[in-house]
Amino acid sequence: MTQAAKSSARPLSPHLQIYRLPLAAWLSITHRITGIGLTLGTLLLTWWVAAAAYGEESYDVFADFISSPFGLFILFGFSVALFFHLCNGLRHLLWDVGKNFSIAATKTSNTFVLAGTVILTAIAWLVAYF
Amino acid sequence: MVEFSLPKNSKPKKGKHYPAPAGAKNVKRFDVYRYDPDKDATPRIDSYDVDMDTCGPMVLDGLLKIKDEVDQTLALRRSCREGICGSCSMNIDGGNTLACLKPIDECNGAVKVYPLPHMPVVKDLVPDLTHVYAQYASIEPWMKTETLPPSSGERLQSPEEREKLDGLWECILCFCCSTSCPSYWWNGDRYLGPAILLQAARWINDSRDEATGERLDNLEDPFRLYRCHTIMNCTQTCPKGLNPAKAIADIKMKLVERAG
Repeated sequence: MTQAAKSSARPLSPHLQIYRLPLAAWLSITHRITGIGLTLGTLLLTWWVAAAAYGEESYDVFADFISSPFGLFILFGFSVALFFHLCNGLRHLLWDVGKNFSIAATKTSNTFVLAGTVILTAIAWLVAYF
Repeated sequence: MVEFSLPKNSKPKKGKHYPAPAGAKNVKRFDVYRYDPDKDATPRIDSYDVDMDTCGPMVLDGLLKIKDEVDQTLALRRSCREGICGSCSMNIDGGNTLACLKPIDECNGAVKVYPLPHMPVVKDLVPDLTHVYAQYASIEPWMKTETLPPSSGERLQSPEEREKLDGLWECILCFCCSTSCPSYWWNGDRYLGPAILLQAARWINDSRDEATGERLDNLEDPFRLYRCHTIMNCTQTCPKGLNPAKAIADIKMKLVERAG
């Protein structure tokens, strides 16, 4: 039997099933998920702009949707994704220039990303409603 | 390829339970991944109750006690028992580390012991390292020079030049970092992984080496280097306290600087 055939018969050791992912890893996968969410959310933005360009009637359809409970829920999700992706993106910029790599710095930036997301989302919605 | 679940032949089943000897008061349970290629179709998790009053403090002590006194068929790699050889790397309590450096006390509840994650298993806690060693060879981990050595016979370094190798030369190739990396799990066939890239950085940063350009050329590849997405599992799991993520970022920066 060749080496390759032998090793393919071997079981694969457990990975995601048993690995206790650190917070930074959860934020990393969330960065990807929010990235995909933002791409889809951009369609919503396109609808908004296009509806405004088409005139009052089509804009009303958009306005009705976005002010419905479901529309607001989508919009809220979009804003959370946007601010998370922004904050974690800033952290990635620091990493890209070789900074903040220690375990302690990673813990601190975890907190900054999460706190930043909550604070920016809160500010955005407070500004929108008051 | 991203595959979240294990193949059919790899899903562990519940195995045997070995109770502690009668009269043992201070008992800790070890749940250990077992697989014998000659007997088992699939892996299993055996439970061993270990008397902590007659056991050393580290997880390796517990495993060797099990091997000595309960089940001699348990296979694991170990050698130095003091964190310098890198043989006893495995997944303990959800994180990759060296069994000889991991205190049993630090594990809440049962001590869960698995081989390094997402690797082909030869037997029990022994993963097949053929592929990572081949990847190590691919970065040509030796000094390459064009110029003749000085007549004194030695290529000298200033203390500052030597300092650039600190945090790199200490790596013992235990592969805790590579096997903690989701990118390496999904793309390990082509991505070199944190351990090998840290070794690559060790040679790129060596003032005496004269093949820096060639080494960078070899790494400038969407898979070999750029599957690193700064997930940071490598740095957080390294039992030697090294920083593979930083070493990889330094290589990426060197490539950008070179491009001008």
